[in-house]
Amino acid sequence: MEINAGDTAWVLASAALVMLMTPGLAFFYGGMVRMKSVLNMMMMSFITIAVVTVLWVVVGFSLTFAGDTGHVIGDFSEVGLKGLLAPEAVSGTTPTLAFVAFQLMFAIITPALISGAIADRATFRGWIAFVVGWTLLVYFPVAHSVWFLNDGNGGWIGDKLKAVDFAGGTAVHLNAGAAALALAIVLGKRIGWKKDPMRPHSLPLVILGAGLLWFGWFGFNAGSALSAGTTAAVTFVNTQAATAAAVIGWLIVERIVHGKATTLGMASGAVAGLVAITPSCGAVTPIGALILGLAAGAICAGAVSLKYRLGFDDSLDVVGVHFVGGLFGSLAIGLLGTAAAPSAVDGLFYGGGVTQLGRQALANLVVGLYSFTVAFILGKVIDKTIGFRLKEDDEVTGVDQVEHAETAYDFLGASGLRGALGRPAPAETENGTTETSKEGANA
Amino acid sequence: MKLITAVVKPHKLEDVRAALETFGVTGMTVTEASGYGRQKGHTEVYRGAEYEVDLVPKVRVEVVVEDGDSADVVDVIVKAAQTGKIGDGKVWVTPVETIVRVRTGELDGDAL
Repeated sequence: MEINAGDTAWVLASAALVMLMTPGLAFFYGGMVRMKSVLNMMMMSFITIAVVTVLWVVVGFSLTFAGDTGHVIGDFSEVGLKGLLAPEAVSGTTPTLAFVAFQLMFAIITPALISGAIADRATFRGWIAFVVGWTLLVYFPVAHSVWFLNDGNGGWIGDKLKAVDFAGGTAVHLNAGAAALALAIVLGKRIGWKKDPMRPHSLPLVILGAGLLWFGWFGFNAGSALSAGTTAAVTFVNTQAATAAAVIGWLIVERIVHGKATTLGMASGAVAGLVAITPSCGAVTPIGALILGLAAGAICAGAVSLKYRLGFDDSLDVVGVHFVGGLFGSLAIGLLGTAAAPSAVDGLFYGGGVTQLGRQALANLVVGLYSFTVAFILGKVIDKTIGFRLKEDDEVTGVDQVEHAETAYDFLGASGLRGALGRPAPAETENGTTETSKEGANA
Repeated sequence: MKLITAVVKPHKLEDVRAALETFGVTGMTVTEASGYGRQKGHTEVYRGAEYEVDLVPKVRVEVVVEDGDSADVVDVIVKAAQTGKIGDGKVWVTPVETIVRVRTGELDGDAL
């Protein structure tokens, strides 16, 4: 097909929008942890941008979107993005490299989402090892299975089973949520969990992050149309409708159960709605999106309390928001899907029977089990070898200080007085003695 | 000399400061503090997790005065800080042995 300038512009702009979601996630998560862990929390998101970009250019794109091996993974034919500079390298109506850039941003944010489950207590090297391993073993094959379409001979989920996952309810959110549950179990509870206060240290940061995520999500969903036309417009409006309704849904539940509507609930409701509409934004009408969003907000508001009853410390509710929201949004296609929408499937409420619902359920079941199992084993292996859980003393001191040798906020220093950061350490001289000790000797 | 320490509601600080100035107290030290007495704290909810927040924000005002002024200064602070509601705070008096003005080395009464 010919390259279309409008489509290419939209896909490239969408790639940039989705890129911004990961720093947005860093703020969203960073605000929710205590002051002693905010830098590590934000860095777990940011380092994922660096690590996954390298992986993607070297082998990731090829393993996900070049050819097909057994309907579960690509091949090595486009390793190093080989051959994609040529003007003939076209994917749909855009240069293949535009698609490479767009899909890269999805591969980045998916593992970054998992980090919310292991706040305050993971070694930085353990996290990097996990991101490399999980992205290679889980994300690439799952994204291939869901999104590599080749006239019925592509990935088994999208092309053979025909489960619908427009922008990543299964491939991104349920996938990350299942891995998050595994890591929360492997790393165990934080010291003092359910006993010490672990309140969010900065709700304004959380709200900033939620705003950036919401903004970037238009690229995530409407960009997944891979063209600048009706499908992009439909998914854009559905994304907004569902997210707005989910904010209201979450706040209603909070108001009834706990007596107050909170800003954390508002931000969380927005993200829950965005997650739920991700797989379904091409499958429902705007009214369907409102219903779906309202339900998703209410369901996730309830789901985040489950961890206290089940006893796993999914610190920032990756399971309650992404696993539950992604699963619900995906299953909702089997209920609220209509052939009038771009994904063109009728759900149960539109006379399509339970066929589509069954496909959605099977896809999510397999992806969820696979991601959980691999993440569990990978997490255990990393913990036994290079170490994944921080030592007890280090966790009490704070992961920012022991893993990064930094402090996020220096309130005493901010007033212009000498702050908690203290004075510069004496510089090393050539013969190994320090400046201070030399001065001391002279005096 | 006496050290008078008052822990009061933050929004009454300006009233206390103005009243002390009117009375003739020439300096004070103010610190942000947190604590509780009979007032106790409140409950906060984050994604369904309830936290009992026991410590309430307060300000601590410290002034050092001559023995003879002590009772009057306490009276001035109490009047200025009072709202009549629970959580108004406390004022207490402790004896002070020595005061030195850092700039001049003046002692005790001269240093006030």
